[in-house]
Amino acid sequence: MESVYDRLEPLLSQVSKPVQYIGGELNSSVKDWDEATVRWCLMYPDAYEVGLPNQGVMILYEILNEQPGVLAERTYSVWPDLEELMREHGIPQFTVDAHRPVGAFDVLGVSFATELGYTNLLTALDLAGIPLHARDRTDEHPIVLAGGHAAFNPEPVAEFVDAVVLGDGEQAVLEITELIRAFKEEGTPGGRAELLARLAAQGVYVPGFYDVHYREDGHIEEVVPNHPSAPHRVFKRTTMDLDEWPYPKQPLVPTAESVHERMSVEIFRGCTRGCRFCQAGMITRPVRERSNRGITEMVQRGLESTGFEEVGLLSLSSADHSEIGEITKGLADRYEGSNTGLSLPSTRVDAFNVDLANELSRNGRRSGLTFAPEGGSERIRRVINKMVSEEDLIRTVSTAFSSGWRQVKLYFMCGLPTETDEDVLQIAAMAKEVIRAGREVSGRKDIRCTISIGGFVPKPHTPFQWASQAHPDTVDERMRKLRKEITSDRRLGRSIGVRYHDGKPSLIEGLLSRGDRRVGHVIERVWRSGGRFDGWNEHFSFDRWVSAAAEVLPPLGVDLDWFTTRERSEDEILPWDHLDSGLDKEWLWTDWQDALAAREQDDCRWTPCFDCGVCPTMGTDIEVGPSDRPLLPITPVNSGTPVRNTAFESAGGAD
Amino acid sequence: MRFRYTKRGHLRFTSHRDLARVFERALRRAGVPVAYSEGYSPHPRISWAGAAPTGVASEAEYAEMQLAREVPLATLHEELRSTLPAGMDIAEVVPAGTGSLPDRLEASTWRVEVEGIDFSELRRAVELLRASESVEVERMTKKGRRTLDARAALVDIRLHGASTSGVGPDAESVSGASDVPRVDDCPDRVQRYGIIVMVVRHATPVVRPDDVLKALRVVADLPTPEVARATRLEQGRLDDGGTIVDPLAPDRAAAGTR
Repeated sequence: MESVYDRLEPLLSQVSKPVQYIGGELNSSVKDWDEATVRWCLMYPDAYEVGLPNQGVMILYEILNEQPGVLAERTYSVWPDLEELMREHGIPQFTVDAHRPVGAFDVLGVSFATELGYTNLLTALDLAGIPLHARDRTDEHPIVLAGGHAAFNPEPVAEFVDAVVLGDGEQAVLEITELIRAFKEEGTPGGRAELLARLAAQGVYVPGFYDVHYREDGHIEEVVPNHPSAPHRVFKRTTMDLDEWPYPKQPLVPTAESVHERMSVEIFRGCTRGCRFCQAGMITRPVRERSNRGITEMVQRGLESTGFEEVGLLSLSSADHSEIGEITKGLADRYEGSNTGLSLPSTRVDAFNVDLANELSRNGRRSGLTFAPEGGSERIRRVINKMVSEEDLIRTVSTAFSSGWRQVKLYFMCGLPTETDEDVLQIAAMAKEVIRAGREVSGRKDIRCTISIGGFVPKPHTPFQWASQAHPDTVDERMRKLRKEITSDRRLGRSIGVRYHDGKPSLIEGLLSRGDRRVGHVIERVWRSGGRFDGWNEHFSFDRWVSAAAEVLPPLGVDLDWFTTRERSEDEILPWDHLDSGLDKEWLWTDWQDALAAREQDDCRWTPCFDCGVCPTMGTDIEVGPSDRPLLPITPVNSGTPVRNTAFESAGGAD
Repeated sequence: MRFRYTKRGHLRFTSHRDLARVFERALRRAGVPVAYSEGYSPHPRISWAGAAPTGVASEAEYAEMQLAREVPLATLHEELRSTLPAGMDIAEVVPAGTGSLPDRLEASTWRVEVEGIDFSELRRAVELLRASESVEVERMTKKGRRTLDARAALVDIRLHGASTSGVGPDAESVSGASDVPRVDDCPDRVQRYGIIVMVVRHATPVVRPDDVLKALRVVADLPTPEVARATRLEQGRLDDGGTIVDPLAPDRAAAGTR
């Protein structure tokens, strides 16, 4: 398959940041086209700088390329400047690895971390010469396969994708690969339709095999399979025993600057803290820890193959790993003197402590500390089941400030169910208390607290899937009051920074999150009128979405409010009800009622099972330590770099 | 130690920051005992002496690096060569002598392949530019539109045809890979192809190869070329005869006499 690079190269000097289109990243691979029988193109539908560090794409890319006879390349969204030139010169959407046309692959796998990438999918399909609608595609076109968290409700993009995998991808991509290999070896009997039928029979969701019927009032009447291979319910996939899947082993290192420049190791998957707004925590259950041995091996191998200066221990709540103390101490010991920083990007305030603070700051670089109380008042934190107390927070930030940190960042949400102005104003009180405590323990005036506030978006497969989303005006008004409350305090207010973008993008995210197939028409309309990169403020146009929704939805008996600010009732059929994350819908409803009554729910790692339904449905179980596997032996490298090269250890001296 | 390195192939599209990061990570992978700065956020002690702009290749970039302890430079050279990505090659390593390295970089020889303009027109433009005393061109910078004199910084400029030899590395090796079409494969393209070799003094504001191309367009009313691939061939002090002197020569000489 021919590379488009020759035609692309002259255009690169005319676009911004051409480096993002050249590929050739460290640890990327280009395999022979003709020697592969199954060819995957993996896409992260956002700019390269955001997409490249995505762990999901990186993991699948490596797993697939390890297979003989299988080839995987990557593609990302091109910015409008290059899109325009590509259209002018007839250059198709290409992969960055070998610059091959995306339309030539067997599968185009798209990872949706957020719904705001939907318009970018359409750009890529169009540039690739793949018909936008699945029903118009022929045997010549790739299977467009969606995955990622947003794919747990793929209904808004049901028209544009051929198939969807729910949940963990490690094993699913290998099974799909085998299925396609067998299908091709048989000579592709029955063509595309047969391939999709085989995928459906294997538990892959094929939206085209389901009909959605609507009632007069706009509600869904039923979702029924229209094909013998399509099951009534499609279940998510769960990868157990993370130690068997130590990916990425050799993470990609971008030549261009990207949003996360670090060696990331996923230390566990899943979370049962039970925060009711958190879709990730709900759909990735149960908790599966990687062993401390497995983690340290991945870190060492990763540092050797990347040269990164920072190790990030990733998960939904990293300090909750049952062996986190041992892991951080072991890594800090091992990399002492090697200029290798250590960070825990998601840390709960109630799991942070002095020891952890010390290990994280030992090797020079001290990355920022971020905590997410999410709600300002004790009451709203009970509603969302984020059970951290103000005392926890003050104790934790005091620890941080006395251990040398000068700044903490706090994340909150606005627009939560049952929220009042008072709940939001409590954020100001909390931030002021942080500054007061910080000044006291550090004896300094230059400490800062940045509060970053996001608009709450109700997500499918969470207890809040029935909730009314707050209108942007409500959220913006509360934010104005909060700002005033902070700036009016002359003594403390100047040490507090507030970051907030307006509530409008959240409303559109809400439309796309809980939408059904009718929302697909809005997406297409927006894309046709120029919508691109909706996750970027400078590209997002609220008016474009509102007017597209106003044109497309009312003839179908619904509107933007119907999908967003409307509260759902218990008996309503939700667009994603046939897609099973393992969570029991009755349990979700009970948890929603508990939320409204501000009743909290414990974590099943430490208290008895509360029957969320995941483990029995999926045949899974919690996997937490102790793993009884010792850490890698601690031999501090101590040479300024994390890698010991014996070539430099003979007697020195310039030659 | 001081070294000369290259920026070839796809890496031409990297910015200087990108390339510095690539190099620092290679140091860490190779386990090079580089010296780090003190302080809150330590950085490896590397001084980059100027840098070719994004989109431009180079055979002659220079930098200086401080090591935490002495190591055989041949070993260092070997280890880095096997660790750095294709396109960024360490061409030469010498022990740092006295005197500033950046001060020795006064001028550059650039080689620019131009496609899509008739050779005869190009020749006329080069002659016109040589005959001019001053040619002002505009460039967009971060601070807005800026006017500079592209002729004033120009020490020499010559034009060569596709088959001309003796103008530095051939198209293939400069551009690093087979991704560059060979012009001699298509005769009609040869007529609309030329290689411009020029010596440009480093001035403030800096005059880049594309500024000189703009100057050619200004003096001869040329169209925009379809392709213009620039490569820095050498950098150094200008001697009286207008030739460029190897900036590492003094270090090499000093090391030899030690």
